Amino acid sequence: MNAITKRPESLLDVTMHYCPGCGHSVAHRLIAETMDELKIRERTVVVAPVGCAVFADKYFNCDSIQGPHGRGPAIATGIKRAKPDSIVFSYQGDGDLASIGMAEIVHAAARGENITVIFINNAIYGMTGGQMAPTTLVGQTATTAPKGRNPLLQGFPMNISEMLSKLESPRYIERVSVDSAPNVIKAKKAIKKAFENQVNKIGFSFVEVLSICPTNWGVTPLKGLDFLREKMMPQYPLGVFKDEKESVAQKIQEGK
Amino acid sequence: MAEKVLMKGNEALAEGAIRAGCRFFAGYPITPQNEVPEYMSWRQEEVGGAFVQAESEVAAVNMLYGAAATGVRSMTSSSSPGVSLKQEGITYLAGSDLPCLIVNVMRGGPGLGSIAGGQADYTQATRGGGNGDYRTIVLAPFSVEELGNFPKKAFELSEKYRIPAMILADGILGQMMEGMSYNFEPVDPAALCVKPWAIGPNTTGRKRNQVYSYGLAEGELEAMVLKRAERYALVERDEVIYEERNTEDADVLIVAYGISARASIAAMEIARAKGIKVGMIRPITLWPFPAKRIAELASKVKAVLCVEMSLGQMKVDVDLAVNGKTPTYLHAKSGAFFPVAEEIAVAIESALNGKKEQLFNLADLAEKATNERAEAKNAPCKEGALL
Repeated sequence: MNAITKRPESLLDVTMHYCPGCGHSVAHRLIAETMDELKIRERTVVVAPVGCAVFADKYFNCDSIQGPHGRGPAIATGIKRAKPDSIVFSYQGDGDLASIGMAEIVHAAARGENITVIFINNAIYGMTGGQMAPTTLVGQTATTAPKGRNPLLQGFPMNISEMLSKLESPRYIERVSVDSAPNVIKAKKAIKKAFENQVNKIGFSFVEVLSICPTNWGVTPLKGLDFLREKMMPQYPLGVFKDEKESVAQKIQEGK
Repeated sequence: MAEKVLMKGNEALAEGAIRAGCRFFAGYPITPQNEVPEYMSWRQEEVGGAFVQAESEVAAVNMLYGAAATGVRSMTSSSSPGVSLKQEGITYLAGSDLPCLIVNVMRGGPGLGSIAGGQADYTQATRGGGNGDYRTIVLAPFSVEELGNFPKKAFELSEKYRIPAMILADGILGQMMEGMSYNFEPVDPAALCVKPWAIGPNTTGRKRNQVYSYGLAEGELEAMVLKRAERYALVERDEVIYEERNTEDADVLIVAYGISARASIAAMEIARAKGIKVGMIRPITLWPFPAKRIAELASKVKAVLCVEMSLGQMKVDVDLAVNGKTPTYLHAKSGAFFPVAEEIAVAIESALNGKKEQLFNLADLAEKATNERAEAKNAPCKEGALL
């Protein structure tokens, strides 16, 4: 019998701590497959965040650094500038990236750092117990918004991919989802491109991944998938927000 | 002797770091250390290093965290309020055992304080500053020449023990110009040993490296903290640096570091001309603190006088060393106004003769404060009432 798939070499054979139904493990697998396919495992550094993915450094079979809440893009900047031959990716959740780390992600994008950022958006704080995130939907309940997010008190959800795409430097920004097999295949394509761009020195690449958090949403995984499709996708439409073929350096050189 | 050139303190420091092999700098503008990032912005490019003007102090120190983890000699610099912001990264650097250099060109505080020189970040620098049980090695220069030569020492100590190093200077040192000569040949970063713990491209087939400060399993964090404490013990035993002047026959012992020590040297001359036997010990490492030597010297004098631009932050360490065996006094200039030799000379006499002039004693302020508050009680809503 021929094996048609196997564990990527870039993903360690350890038990993950993620809850049943959580999208993190799917995203991890897609990144690991990409590292294998691009043969970059031995020069890749994962920057693990604070949040549910704090132990990402235990799962990827590559060098790692775990950083303060929200600072992933700054840490990645330091690594990449000090060691330009390394492949660096910052893996962040919505509280980490869109709340406490907003300055770091916006400025790393504005500088056009040649790094890859994977942004997991599940519209809630996971590890701390279901508090409201900047991406929590209007009306969606959270442990700090028991009556649901009220735009009069807490404002409207933040669409990060759209915001970052208004900057000049970022080269590639796409929002994907891991709710179904076809969407997982698309997510893989996007993640791979975000790493290829770094390898080819194209520049800052960002993939937002819509994901579910059944535990903190208080639903079954299947109901969670329904919520993602019916409620999250209208607020956070999938698609490519920016896709530049050339690096900023190439554009300046050609006088474009 | 090497040729001396006239240099500003902050620039001597920046060039000294480059010569010490520093190839990564991230910083954010703040007075009075702006010449450091300005100098680094063109100098790092010249030597093939990296310079990033960060969006904030917090981002700068986290860039430092990433760069230091690659094993490249890396630094950031700032001034007091900015260093407060950097504590998030400093505790991570300490908790992850990463060598690096952090410079604090201190100004007056608390809060926005002033932009003139100060020394009121002593406690923050010597006790860790951020969350958790940790230390940083703290070097306190007192001249432009030391400011320029200390980065090499700081990097070497930091790498030897894998403990972040800090140079604790002040706005006066940073801004003043003096003759500068470097006492070492420029370091070639390529000639430095490869750090076995560093992250980045793996070209030797080593095991993957992990940089982290967490330990959630039972006993894991404690083991990490205790392992680190072994290195702290070695630092305290083996790396104390200080300078002594006129201590052989002294009746009064001054303890002062940085710019306060400079003023104290002039004060000693004034007092010695009057026949007062006064000597000085200048801690050059603030952690590790020269407690043992201060205790030895204190046992031979009639009074110990601390001179500092803070309300006795360093004196806490002096008192711990002296342990009540000799009276200790404080001449304090907090609020970013630098110490004056003539006033310190008066303080020396006061310390010797049991007088109060030019000596700061917190207890003396209590009576004044009590009276003011009693007055305020009669008119509790009076403008300016302290309640």
